[in-house]
Amino acid sequence: SGSNFSTITVCRELHEMGFHVSHSQITRLYSRFTSLDKGENGTLSREDFQRIPELAINPLGDRIINAFFPEGEDQVNFRGFMRTLAHFRPIEDNEKNKDPTASEPLNSRTNKLLFAFQLYDLDRDDKISRDELLQVLRMMVGVNISDEQLGSIADRTIQEADQNGDNSISFNEFIKVLEKVDVEQKMSIRFLH
Amino acid sequence: MVLLAISRPSLASEATGNGTENTITTLPIVIWKWEEIHFPYLVALWVLVSWLCKLVFQLNPCLTRVIPESGLLICIGWVLGGIIYGADKVQTFRLQPFTFFFYLLPQIVLDAGYSMPNKLFFGNLGAILVYAVIGTCWNAATLGLALWGCWLGGAMGNIDTGLLQLLLFGSLIAAVDPVAVIAVFEEVHVNEVLYILVFGESLLNDGVTVVLFNVFDAFVSLGGAQIDAVEIIKGIISFFVVAVGGSLVGVVFALLISLLTRCTKNIQIIEPGFIFVLGYLSYLTAEMLSLSAILSCTFCGVCCQKYINANMDERSVSTVRSTMKVFANGSETIIFVFLGISAIDPSIWVWNTAFILLTLLFIFVFRFIGVFLLTWILNQYRLVPLDFIDQLVMGYGGLRGAVAYGLVLLLDENKYKEKKLMISTTLIVVYFTVMLQGITMKPLVTWLKVKRAAVSERTLAEKIQNRTFDHMLVAIEDISGQIGDNYMRDKWNNFEEKWLYWLLMTPIARKSCDPIFNIFHKLNIKDATSYVKEGERRGSLAFVRNESKADVDFNKKFGADFSEMIRDSVPSVCLDMHEQDLKMRESEDFDAHHLLQQHLYKGRKQHRHRYSRKHLEVNKDEHEVQEIFQRTMRSRLESFKSAKMGVAPPKKISKHLKKDQPQKVREACTFSSFPLVFITILLEFLINLNLSPGLAGIVNPAFMAEMDTMDPMPPMQQIPSWLAEAEVDSSNMVPSQRAQLRLPWTPSNLRRLAPLCLSTHSNDSFLLADSPATQEGISELPPPPPPQDGQGQGTHK
Repeated sequence: SGSNFSTITVCRELHEMGFHVSHSQITRLYSRFTSLDKGENGTLSREDFQRIPELAINPLGDRIINAFFPEGEDQVNFRGFMRTLAHFRPIEDNEKNKDPTASEPLNSRTNKLLFAFQLYDLDRDDKISRDELLQVLRMMVGVNISDEQLGSIADRTIQEADQNGDNSISFNEFIKVLEKVDVEQKMSIRFLH
Repeated sequence: MVLLAISRPSLASEATGNGTENTITTLPIVIWKWEEIHFPYLVALWVLVSWLCKLVFQLNPCLTRVIPESGLLICIGWVLGGIIYGADKVQTFRLQPFTFFFYLLPQIVLDAGYSMPNKLFFGNLGAILVYAVIGTCWNAATLGLALWGCWLGGAMGNIDTGLLQLLLFGSLIAAVDPVAVIAVFEEVHVNEVLYILVFGESLLNDGVTVVLFNVFDAFVSLGGAQIDAVEIIKGIISFFVVAVGGSLVGVVFALLISLLTRCTKNIQIIEPGFIFVLGYLSYLTAEMLSLSAILSCTFCGVCCQKYINANMDERSVSTVRSTMKVFANGSETIIFVFLGISAIDPSIWVWNTAFILLTLLFIFVFRFIGVFLLTWILNQYRLVPLDFIDQLVMGYGGLRGAVAYGLVLLLDENKYKEKKLMISTTLIVVYFTVMLQGITMKPLVTWLKVKRAAVSERTLAEKIQNRTFDHMLVAIEDISGQIGDNYMRDKWNNFEEKWLYWLLMTPIARKSCDPIFNIFHKLNIKDATSYVKEGERRGSLAFVRNESKADVDFNKKFGADFSEMIRDSVPSVCLDMHEQDLKMRESEDFDAHHLLQQHLYKGRKQHRHRYSRKHLEVNKDEHEVQEIFQRTMRSRLESFKSAKMGVAPPKKISKHLKKDQPQKVREACTFSSFPLVFITILLEFLINLNLSPGLAGIVNPAFMAEMDTMDPMPPMQQIPSWLAEAEVDSSNMVPSQRAQLRLPWTPSNLRRLAPLCLSTHSNDSFLLADSPATQEGISELPPPPPPQDGQGQGTHK
């Protein structure tokens, strides 16, 4: 249960992961974690997330909830919770000159893009197919766009990104097509103290 | 003039009745009427002269690369001012404050608001407000106090001024000027965050400037003794009232404009005008209520742009955009020219070296100090901190301009004994910032390696991904339980979608204002127009076949359905081919179109459908063209040979006809609006050539390829179905006489579509145009050559 949890331990673990977060941030997020954890067993299930009202009206709500749960599991503990949130930390300047042999931090540009990529790629085949793209588009776009138009939009998007002509977007193509986007800023939030 | 002269005698005769000295003894044919029209004439002439100045220095492009346009305009102003002064011995033309504030400034501000990138602006609004409010107050206070200290110390000699007057002077010269910022920064292209911070600051600091100016002016009138805590508190309250009130006036007018554009569907011709009138009224209303007029106009433009762009027709939107730019740029030009002219006037110059130099120094120094201080505070709260280089540029970009000059002219000479000194100083400061800082801005930006604006175009993928990011961030904020920017933005978006769209936008606009769809639509239009340009450049437009992926299936939908589809799938296409034409000639032309579409030579344009740089293979196309050309030449030779030898039996054709089935559909373009566009282009073309309906499937036999000799090139194997269906009677086919007699000798000539009527005299427009040349040809027309199999098509590319 929560009382066994030492935030210092978590802090150390997260630092090892490359997630440099302050004590106060961890404490705050831990209290949020416990408030979501209605079952009080130290882990969150999908239902716990779904209880957050705003997520229900978010087009990508379910997929993001999914992103918290590792492959095949139904519960996520605090470590996993923080691990997912770590993707959204802003990239700090002092991290840019780190030891190159260390593993890439979770909030690096590539890892951020990988997180975004996996939101589309549900079947984990490392490719965003036209259908997968259509599903996401349908969720995000208004109801006034017809299916045919949506299909054209999806086709055009794939055409913009696709370089090897397999009519789907691989992760490298995904990175390439977004190379001009300021991912570091667009996919970061300031975690309040 | 003649009409006026003629009407004059009647006036003259009345005048004589009144006993004025306008007696005439004979009928004047032409009269010089300068006095009556000199005012509008001078205005128009000055506008023309100012705008011509722009032309003058464009002749020397090296000059414009070094010195910003505004600087050059000021120089030309000096020259002109010198000429006028030399002629008149007094400066008859100056920049009057009333003219400046009411006729020249509003359109610049309205344009700034209307073309403001809203997402960026509101995203950085906190930082902008900090710089605008706190920064300007800091600048004003420090400058005023520093000058006062120097004055007390006697550095300036004997000038009749006081603390309050110097504070007033500080407040009017402290503000960063929007006109100057636009003029200098638009040529430098720094990154968008930096630009929006400086630009937003220059617009929003007007609230502070107005308040400080009025407050200190009132204090000066009241006299130092009567300033107590109450007055100071009133001053602070007035700031809030003026700034917030001005913004509210702007928002109210924005709502009015949006509501109005909801109803102007039937008066599209004058629709754009409303924006200008109401925008101007928002400026004047705020001015009337002594609120901040610039803030009002800015927020009017900022708040209404989304709704009016959605409500109005695309043509109106582009009209508004262009006209705004004309007005704004024109005003800016006039302002700078007159800033130059106004300087050539000895009566305003009072030179006090210490005052002027100290002002320059303090402006510069305190600007940098202010920027660094405020940025240090802001960086604690920003997601992406501003780095040192950006701060340097921001400090350097604190340009002063015409607004300060206009304000200083408004001062009352009786209260401000040193008004002339202030005017001189202001002019020097403006020249310094616009010219010196303007010239050095670009090299500085390059030298400091400031991050520049990204020049690339937005792709659809980026836009979709940005949306995804937005949703992601909102979800993460919800999960982590914090209320951040994204949460607020999301809440605002939901509110807007639920209420504001319903109130302010027409139902049609509501449907099509989805940003992803918008950028998709814009990209399609861009592709279509560049396709048309490309096609025209090569001589004519290609015909496209896209049955597979067309969202509009022409096999099924003819007639009335078609117009519905046009309306639904594309809101409005900016090409000149219009729906009106289509509606009038629907059914017949669709049959024609359908047949043509199926059977005309598709050619290499098929490759080009994707419009992606990766897939464009030009060499292959040239190779194709050459092949076609060679093939055609060969077939012509054959046809002449066979003409001499007699008509070849047509059954050769039928054999081939059965052999080839309609080509399998090639990879066609994927845009749903593409078929539409090409259909319109095609129809327009056909209509212009006066095709009679039933004979749509015509081909120029001279252009047809010979089956035997050709390589199996896919596009060429299509057999026109009309050729297959009809009993081919070769005597009905008249080859283009022009082609027979005068062989086209370059591929470009080849590409002209020359469809023929199946009758002995051809309606071929080219033929008609060439009729003298072909007169003799008619008499010696050889029997028509056997229609060769293969595909006919004359044109491509």
